[in-house]
Amino acid sequence: MSKAREAKAAKIRQLMETEGDAVGTSTRGFNEGRYESVQTLDDYEGLKSEARAIKEDAIERLPELLDQLRETVEANGGTLYIADDDADANRYIREVCEDKDAERVVKSKSMTSEEIEVNHELEAADIDVVETDLGEWVLQVADDSPSHIVAPAIHKSREAIADLFNETFEPDEPLETAEELTMFAREQLGELIEDADVGMTGANFITADTGTMALVTSEGNARKTAVVPDTHVAVAGVEKIIPTVEDLQPFVELIGKSGTGQDITSYISLLTPPVESPTVDFDDPDTPLTETETDREFHLVLIDNGRMDMRDDDQLRETLYCIRCSACSNVCANFQHVGGHAFGGETYSGGIGTGWEAGVEGLDTAAEFNDLCTGCSRCTTACPVEIDIPWINTVVRDRVNRGEASEVDWLVEGLTPDEEPGGVSLQKRFFGNFETAAKVGSFFAPLSNWASQLSVSRDLMERFLGIDARRELPAFQRETLKDWFDARNSHVENPTRTAVLYPDVYTNHVQVERGKAAVRALEALGVDVVVPDVRSSGRAPLSQGMIATAEDHAHDVYAGLAEHIDDGRDIVVIEPSDLAMFQTEYEKFLPEKSFQRISEASYEVMEYVFGLLENGVDADALATTDSEEVAYHSHCQQRTLGLEGHTEAVLSRLGYDVVTSDVECCGMAGSFGYKSEYYELSVDVGSELQGQFQTDETKHRTVVASGTSCLEQLDSLLRRPSQHPIQLVAPQR
Amino acid sequence: MSTGTVATFEDSLERLEVGWTHTSVDGLADVLNEVCDEPTVGVELPYDGVELPSWVNTDPTPADLRAANAGITAAGIGIADYGSVVVQGTPDGVEPVSLFADRHVAVLKESDIVPGMPEAFEWLGEEFRTGHSSAIIATGPSATADMGALVKGAHGPKDVHVVILDE
Ligand code: SF4
Repeated sequence: MSKAREAKAAKIRQLMETEGDAVGTSTRGFNEGRYESVQTLDDYEGLKSEARAIKEDAIERLPELLDQLRETVEANGGTLYIADDDADANRYIREVCEDKDAERVVKSKSMTSEEIEVNHELEAADIDVVETDLGEWVLQVADDSPSHIVAPAIHKSREAIADLFNETFEPDEPLETAEELTMFAREQLGELIEDADVGMTGANFITADTGTMALVTSEGNARKTAVVPDTHVAVAGVEKIIPTVEDLQPFVELIGKSGTGQDITSYISLLTPPVESPTVDFDDPDTPLTETETDREFHLVLIDNGRMDMRDDDQLRETLYCIRCSACSNVCANFQHVGGHAFGGETYSGGIGTGWEAGVEGLDTAAEFNDLCTGCSRCTTACPVEIDIPWINTVVRDRVNRGEASEVDWLVEGLTPDEEPGGVSLQKRFFGNFETAAKVGSFFAPLSNWASQLSVSRDLMERFLGIDARRELPAFQRETLKDWFDARNSHVENPTRTAVLYPDVYTNHVQVERGKAAVRALEALGVDVVVPDVRSSGRAPLSQGMIATAEDHAHDVYAGLAEHIDDGRDIVVIEPSDLAMFQTEYEKFLPEKSFQRISEASYEVMEYVFGLLENGVDADALATTDSEEVAYHSHCQQRTLGLEGHTEAVLSRLGYDVVTSDVECCGMAGSFGYKSEYYELSVDVGSELQGQFQTDETKHRTVVASGTSCLEQLDSLLRRPSQHPIQLVAPQR
Repeated sequence: MSTGTVATFEDSLERLEVGWTHTSVDGLADVLNEVCDEPTVGVELPYDGVELPSWVNTDPTPADLRAANAGITAAGIGIADYGSVVVQGTPDGVEPVSLFADRHVAVLKESDIVPGMPEAFEWLGEEFRTGHSSAIIATGPSATADMGALVKGAHGPKDVHVVILDE
């Protein structure tokens, strides 16, 4: 393994051991909470679209809204400062504190202030800064950094916090329970807040019409921070502005549900500072509040720090719609296992972290963890503002590729049939051009399989391509699906429909049996099947960030399928990740009309079978059973497309007794598990699926899975074989 | 407002484990006596014919706030779907009184309960445009899970009680 890969693998391994359990327990809890909580909404999808529309509009009109906000804030008696970057913001904030002769600033949690590292600036000016969010305070005491955007100390267990407090503060009685720790922190922080001179908060949203900021919290520390001292500084990115108070509504309903799975957080503070509440001056404990001189001062500091450039960037712009709810981190299987210390940059972490870091810090920082996004797409339906997070990560990956110093260009340039510049790493090129490897592999099979298994080959593959020697390689079939299909004579009398079975790379070269099964099943149901010669979908290069190559595939695939669509044929796809290309990513690559045609004509194979059965085709043509027990694992992209249920429905109708896995992801996600730096993480993530299929209820069940990666992962995790569901239901010949 | 909305509000409070009492203007003093331990601080309620009992300290100092067991304030509206009360900051100290004591007692009129967030924000928009400078949508007690398990009463009240006034 190369040094860099070795180092990355070691870091991931260490974090899985030390922080993985704590992060996993909390994020999974948040995620399950989200599933439950969004069910209480009458129209979850509608609310999300509304939230997105508000953000789209606000970012579009940002300059105008900034002007309006300046007017309202000033009319209210506050000050608005727009800072170009972190240094500018820090200087301004320090000067405000110095003008007040502030000795202590109390802060409530804010990612933007983490981004600019304002604590350093203030501490250097001898101003004491105290984090009042309990999680942030734990990190401050421990001199540690946040690992999650909403729950910053998520990686610390209760025991670790107890040890930390007991060592640092030496309380009379050692602290132990969560209750004791919380009350201890409440007391300590309460005193620190009482004689603070300046309160600093973030702002989740700011409305341009009234200058009202919304703070979403549960602890109440933001309330105290904003109300106790007479000076309030709020720090936020310029993207936090929305037009009106009414526009807050969808966000208030979505943010807690999406993030921690609470219906709503305990407090949503809506403040139009300087607020009318009297200051609470604990230095003067005996003067009634109503007689306290209240001369409040308010400074709103909005930070650009790369955001206006992101706004001009057609690909990164969507990142600005993010409301930092953390749903994309919580749903992410890889994040659940390593947390933000591996899956994060200088400030931001998780799915959308790459977009933020690319925008505010630069590509180098984003590159450090960008590859941890496997593009599984589970986050896209979790995001309350409908951001296509995997796409942003792919774009950043592409840009990183283009900027990367070349490894061995002279070796690959001209040999690989892709559209990429020289910088793309050999590993990425190999996986991105898997179609070529598969063609060669099948042509020389079984020799190629034998040769690739030799230890000397595995060594070379590991050294040059970073393909982990512990992962079993796919075995190429000498006879491809296309060869098999062309060589056989099939004829369906009076077909009800005609379908094109899309020969994806894996089905054509490796998992040929599932392709044959699909042909048999469809023919048995009265469908005339065609297997054309069409290029691979482009999923492989896309997941390596090779966008130009993927786009090239998209055009070829469309060209290859267009005449079939013209003839009214349905496109049936076995591999869900390819179907997802046709139905989502191709929108970026094809003219609108073409995209619509291909996405509307294409079906997942079990979805198609379901449709046929629904339309009255006789199910007895398939392999029925009475109560054969099956353990079924759907596929991430299939679930994102909402197609998991069709397989369950078909299996149930044919008499199978189905148990479905409910893990977010198998952990393999395409080429990810082959890469030596990620192999162990892939196995760790997979262990959850493994666990679900080895309980007393499931361990004897027949295993079926829809995706290639899932099948490979399951094959290596379980002792019993797995197959695609179509193989189970297809007539044997 | 329909009785359905009030029932939904009460169900939501139940789910949050927030206590609630339905009472008339005349019964208010007794209810407060029951749900508040002394010392209690409070802010006069803006409802016709309603006055806080004399044992409620309505002109608290910071020291009183710190020592209070309960803090009584009005709530502008209640939000049925969520069991939230909207507490508006005023110069006489609604915000600190609702924040520092261990128990927050929020009093609202039955007719001020709205079904959901859309109605709440219509109302809030109006309030903010016509001069109110702050409001808190408060749902249940303050809470944190940062120390490894859910604990009520992180920085704010550990407990909330809602009093619904019939008219
Ligand atoms: S990208 Fe979406 S899901 Fe992720 S933090 Fe932002 S708003 Fe939440």
